[in-house]
Amino acid sequence: MKYVSLLAVLFLLSGCVSTATLRGTGDLGVVVERATGSVQIVETSGHSILGEITGLGNLAHATVVFSRDQRYAYVFGRDGGLTKVDLLTRRIVKRTIQAGDSIGGAISSDGRIIAVANYTPGGVKFFSSDTLEPLAEIPAISADGSRSKVVGLVDASNDVFVFALFEAGEIWLADMHDPHHPKVTKYTNVGKQPYDSLLTPNGRWYLSGMFGEDGMALLDLWHPENGVKRILGTYGREDAKMPVYKMPHLEGWGFYDHYAFVPAVGRPEVLVIDMNTWTVVKHIPTRGQPVFVVGQPASRRIWVNFAFPDNQYLQVIDAPEQQVIKTLEPGKGVMFLEFTPRGENVWVSARDSDKLVVYDTETFEPVAELPSVRPSGIFFTPRANHIGW
Amino acid sequence: MTAGKKMKRFLLIVVLGLNTQIVWASDQAPEGARRTELIRLVREDCGSCHGLTLEGGLGPPLLPVTMNQKDAAAIREVILNGLPGTPMPPWARFLTPGEAQWIATELQKGFPDEVR
Repeated sequence: MKYVSLLAVLFLLSGCVSTATLRGTGDLGVVVERATGSVQIVETSGHSILGEITGLGNLAHATVVFSRDQRYAYVFGRDGGLTKVDLLTRRIVKRTIQAGDSIGGAISSDGRIIAVANYTPGGVKFFSSDTLEPLAEIPAISADGSRSKVVGLVDASNDVFVFALFEAGEIWLADMHDPHHPKVTKYTNVGKQPYDSLLTPNGRWYLSGMFGEDGMALLDLWHPENGVKRILGTYGREDAKMPVYKMPHLEGWGFYDHYAFVPAVGRPEVLVIDMNTWTVVKHIPTRGQPVFVVGQPASRRIWVNFAFPDNQYLQVIDAPEQQVIKTLEPGKGVMFLEFTPRGENVWVSARDSDKLVVYDTETFEPVAELPSVRPSGIFFTPRANHIGW
Repeated sequence: MTAGKKMKRFLLIVVLGLNTQIVWASDQAPEGARRTELIRLVREDCGSCHGLTLEGGLGPPLLPVTMNQKDAAAIREVILNGLPGTPMPPWARFLTPGEAQWIATELQKGFPDEVR
């Protein structure tokens, strides 16, 4: 009897030890510390920093995607570095320098292929998500022989990636069913200087913003045979445009009914687009030129941050009313905002105040402030479940 | 010329020289907190397009090898007025001409790092 009790106690104790070291990854995130080549691993349930990983190179512009099991983060760095990081052990698993200058990346719908968008040399490179072994490359060389920077790279359904060529004004679609032999479809003359693109959550519309002209380019991925359509061509032509100090970023855009909310280029406005007619139906005046316009999950709110010199502000738009309802000042240099997956909190980076601020999205009150060295992007693991992010 | 007139002329030249010095000094390099702020501005905000290390991105590199291919005065003008038709905006609203000149010459020498 004593023997059995001893066994029982030992069994219970071993259970305690192992559960103490296990945790999930669904509430984890990566914060980019852009000046020090490091990232912080954070958890959003208790609003805390779990640790830091150094040695990720030049993260002055960095973006992150996650493995489908939310165990690993893939960090795309400015110096062309691609780093696979284990979120649980907080170590670098593998790192490669794959180009001279890189702007972003994506992961395929089946999670097997990482794609990287490069400025130098202009093009897209593909790697195994498991080993980071190179699989294929698509140089962004147009019919006239010129080479472009690649922007707006997104993953679409069925192992397809879509991206744009900044200088050439083209949109290309890469079918990666055979990961070593991409099949590329090219749409030329889509507009002047596409600077970024997004994919709608239903995976249907690929939308590119233009820097060199008003308007956007639209590709219907459910009907790619219809080609690229130019839309919103006349917005803002009646006013002079203001100089742009930071390019807007098209990502995580806000929806309400059949309306989409996107940043205007060169004016302090969020544009409301009717997605039935693809026309601008309202210009919402904002505190500065928007950089990110992000929908709060499961809510009627859309949040906006701004470019220099107005980058100490964060504004909240009520989508049905199509107007700003709140202005916040989290700190200096508000670079990025990321919602927890069900929207109860938003994490904001204040680069020039060296901190992260976490807000309660219902009360707009800060619930936590965390120290961070020149933070920029914040990426949470549920992005693994979203196409096009 | 009498000794008195020579003295007056000498004094006039000294005073004029001093005034020129004062005017020149006010358009000189930024100091202290303003200098720190300008270093931060170039690295972080110009760096939005030119990279934190100024190695380039959407915009071209701002490293000594490229910056020494131009006159500092020409660089100053681009900083202040931008390059219409390209993404390079004008920064005249945020900088005096003297500060833009200082940035131009520092870029040619190798721009200082932020101190943290």
